[in-house]
Amino acid sequence: MSNYDIFFHKISLIISLAFLWVMLSGHYTPLLLLLGILSVLVVASISSRMKLIILDQPILQLYFIRFIPYGFWLIFQIIKSNIDVCKRILNPKLPISPRLVTVRSSQLSNFAKVVYANSITLTPGTISIDLDDSNIEVHSLSKIGAEGLKTGDMDRKITSAEANPYV
Amino acid sequence: MFEITIFIILFAMLLALVLAIIGKTVYDKILAVNIFGTVTVLFIALFGFLTKRPDFLDIALVYALINFISTIAILKFFEYGDISRSSTKNEQGDI
Amino acid sequence: MDIISLVSSLFITTGALSILVGLLGVYRMPDFYTRLHAASIIDTLGAMLILFGLILYYGLNIVSLKLLLILIFILITTPTAAHALAKSALHGNLKPILKDD
Repeated sequence: MSNYDIFFHKISLIISLAFLWVMLSGHYTPLLLLLGILSVLVVASISSRMKLIILDQPILQLYFIRFIPYGFWLIFQIIKSNIDVCKRILNPKLPISPRLVTVRSSQLSNFAKVVYANSITLTPGTISIDLDDSNIEVHSLSKIGAEGLKTGDMDRKITSAEANPYV
Repeated sequence: MFEITIFIILFAMLLALVLAIIGKTVYDKILAVNIFGTVTVLFIALFGFLTKRPDFLDIALVYALINFISTIAILKFFEYGDISRSSTKNEQGDI
Repeated sequence: MDIISLVSSLFITTGALSILVGLLGVYRMPDFYTRLHAASIIDTLGAMLILFGLILYYGLNIVSLKLLLILIFILITTPTAAHALAKSALHGNLKPILKDD
């Protein structure tokens, strides 16, 4: 990673932190603005000392924007599987059949892999337990959830969102 | 209407605390504390709405972040006996 | 009581009830890994419904932006915590109950 990239990273970190500060503060007198600028600079310098800035893939902090359409689809899936798990809990016989399955992840970047593992865990009924380079081990509450993951719908959607050339 | 919701959420917090006491393994206890934190964030948001003071939301935001960090820190301390150690060799830490 | 406040109080009440369902699940499930599934109902459905109901109530201003930020933080951090719990439980030799049907 060149010096120019690191500089670019720092600038975009400072801009996003300042945006967060403006959004959370709501007071815009000169003294508070000065304190806000100071705290943004302190946080940016601490995170560059912690080497949090050097990541492998996303140059821009705005990289996550390409996953927003996927997010809406994910919310729909979350609501569907929530209703399924709620029905299982409220059923007096507790019809669960827990199992461990392994699913493939075809994403290239670490960021997209994290998105995939997090969305598996976010959907109730499936939890990602362990992950290596191309496989994720999943604990599933029922047969339906495990089979829904095996079809690879979510995997394909994340991979195509990752390869989106327009954003 | 909102008063009933507040009472339901307080009851849920009580249930989570009981779960933290009767949990058999340490993971059960950590899970119960995690649930308690999430429900507390929702409680603070609702309470700020009910008392017409939305400034409480900043506290809820900080509480959500501290809840996550404390879970990770307790887990790391329990697993390795050390908060700063990472299980892989690279310089960035992991969870 | 107009229609928006009616809808949002419906959302909030449903969210509180789903929190109770999740806790009932945590009490009923047989082992630790299945308890994690029940707990994720609280983190997703409960938080989403309650915070979305509050957003509807406040309308579009800085307060609802903060609520949205809280929702995004919860939706990012709780699956990470659940994954860390499951991973360290598996490494701590806590065997999951498996059943095939």
